[in-house]
Amino acid sequence: MIEARGLTKRFGSKLAVNQVSFTVLPGQVTGFLGPNGAGKSTTMRMILGLDRPTAGHVTVNGRHYSRLAAPLREVGALLDAKSVHGGRSAHHHLLCLAQSNGIPRERVDEVLDMVGLQAVARKPTRGFSLGMGQRLGIAAALLGDPAVLMFDEPVNGLDPEGIHWIRGLMRKLAAEGRTVFVSSHLMSEMAITADHLVVIGQGRILADTDMQDFIDRNATSHVLVRSPQMSELGPLMAARGWRVEMVADLSLKVFGARAAEIGDLAADHGMRLHELATVQPSLEEAFMQLTGDVVEYHAGLPEPPPPPPPLGDAPAPPGNGDLP
Amino acid sequence: MSDKTPHDPTPDDAAPNGAAPNGAALEDTRPSRRGMEDTKPRRPAPRELTPRASFANVLLSEWTKIRTVKSTFWTLLSGAAVVVGFSALFALAFTSSYDDLPPAERATVVPTSPMQIAFYFGMVIFGVLGVLVITGEYATGMIRTALTAMPRRPEYLLAKAVVLALVVLVAGLVVSFLSFFVSQAVLSAKNLDGSLGDEGVLRAVIGGGLYLTLIALLALGVGVILRHTSGSVVTVFLVLFVLGIVGGFLPGEWGATIAKYLPSNAGGAILLPRAEEGSLEPWTGLGLFALYALVVLVVALVLFQSRDA
Repeated sequence: MIEARGLTKRFGSKLAVNQVSFTVLPGQVTGFLGPNGAGKSTTMRMILGLDRPTAGHVTVNGRHYSRLAAPLREVGALLDAKSVHGGRSAHHHLLCLAQSNGIPRERVDEVLDMVGLQAVARKPTRGFSLGMGQRLGIAAALLGDPAVLMFDEPVNGLDPEGIHWIRGLMRKLAAEGRTVFVSSHLMSEMAITADHLVVIGQGRILADTDMQDFIDRNATSHVLVRSPQMSELGPLMAARGWRVEMVADLSLKVFGARAAEIGDLAADHGMRLHELATVQPSLEEAFMQLTGDVVEYHAGLPEPPPPPPPLGDAPAPPGNGDLP
Repeated sequence: MSDKTPHDPTPDDAAPNGAAPNGAALEDTRPSRRGMEDTKPRRPAPRELTPRASFANVLLSEWTKIRTVKSTFWTLLSGAAVVVGFSALFALAFTSSYDDLPPAERATVVPTSPMQIAFYFGMVIFGVLGVLVITGEYATGMIRTALTAMPRRPEYLLAKAVVLALVVLVAGLVVSFLSFFVSQAVLSAKNLDGSLGDEGVLRAVIGGGLYLTLIALLALGVGVILRHTSGSVVTVFLVLFVLGIVGGFLPGEWGATIAKYLPSNAGGAILLPRAEEGSLEPWTGLGLFALYALVVLVVALVLFQSRDA
């Protein structure tokens, strides 16, 4: 379990993470969603004790990260794919990590097997592709068989087969009762893997909710209706109080009705239907709706929008991040 | 070798809890125990108590790291080649020009003179190794992975320093003895050679290995402070090589006094069988150099501890 309370990080005048509080529970995949530059990586780095919070604190399994007895046995993390010395082989990279936490060296071969890097285990990692680097990072995360796993943009650079594999892996890890916290700026990716969502934009938490809830609340589904008798059917549906939008000549978007109701209505009046489909809103739409005004770097804009007004409360002195 | 249970048996994380005798503060830092009332039922049952990663674990990890990058081997080899090679070269220079030297200068030639000059030219290479063990991690991003595995940063840096020191000490002693024997073989042509049994010679040769070790440690400190390979190497070069030469140009009594306290002049004093005019006593000089290295390492530790990785 990961618990962040009032977590804040300021870089110079820029407030990268602003009073962030959330809890990541075990047994499910929690997606950490936000546009680029929203503060996802900074938050993850603070969880791992790499960056010191300006204010607030975050614990893993109830402790500050630096107080974990053997961190790799409790938390596995994939940060940037290539946080690896390029001159060292994959095997030696994992070996030195294993040794630092007293993990038996047999485990190195096990995780190399799991991620499919056994064949290149003795090669220097500087020759690795982005996808291979990603797999090595995942191997390192799995090394200590930890109860908490964090992945920062794990599908980056993976081929379709790799993406499929990592999705399955995350679901499996969560099903085993582990805490899985995965960041992405890809909404569609989250829709497939995550059960729960923490949405961040410009350093603030915008939503902390169940995946379905999030979609239901932030985008509305509709039914697409196509019929040659649209001119008659349209008014009939409108008369029921449903909102009807014309899309093309022979098709309509109907809001507030279920497909079955529309089908029944058409049958009752002896009208032909050529198409009747419920359109689920994509997470993308929900996300765009939520973050539309807080996206850091809009395409086409030369300058990012001004940062939010600074917080009134004085930032805590640096160094208090160490306190449990 | 397989390290099954090298963990020390101390209960994990006993340090900060003594100050808080009330249960509330303890509760967050210790896994709840069976048989006791669990005040936070939402926390999952604790898994088996993880043994704390011990300092021995971190040392072993650092040993694996330093031996599994090629730069370690190549810097040590080139450092050895330069120091031993220059020892032979300057020994040759001394023997071939000895007859033409004025008597006053002849008196300053001692068996370790060629070595002392060779060390001056080769020492920076051992500094490069000290720089690389940490800036190599900053340049590649490995530092983040490494600090995730060992977030207790002072322990991490200490382990790095200990392993670096041991590696350079062994290599440095080999280099120092080789330089001595090679240069004596050349010097013997003019009967200028000495033996390890002569007064101060063994101390000078062993001291040479210690000196290289301290140079690597000082360079490690510089690398931690600057975090960039090229900047750190240039700094080490300036502090050791250039500063020592600049000292020779300082005018007057005052200049000479300053010159002998400059890092490489102080440290290089250990390479002479006995103190010469214008140099510190051998152990005083090396001690002062150790102090410089310590100061740099302390500054490095303070920055390392407080900065974001």
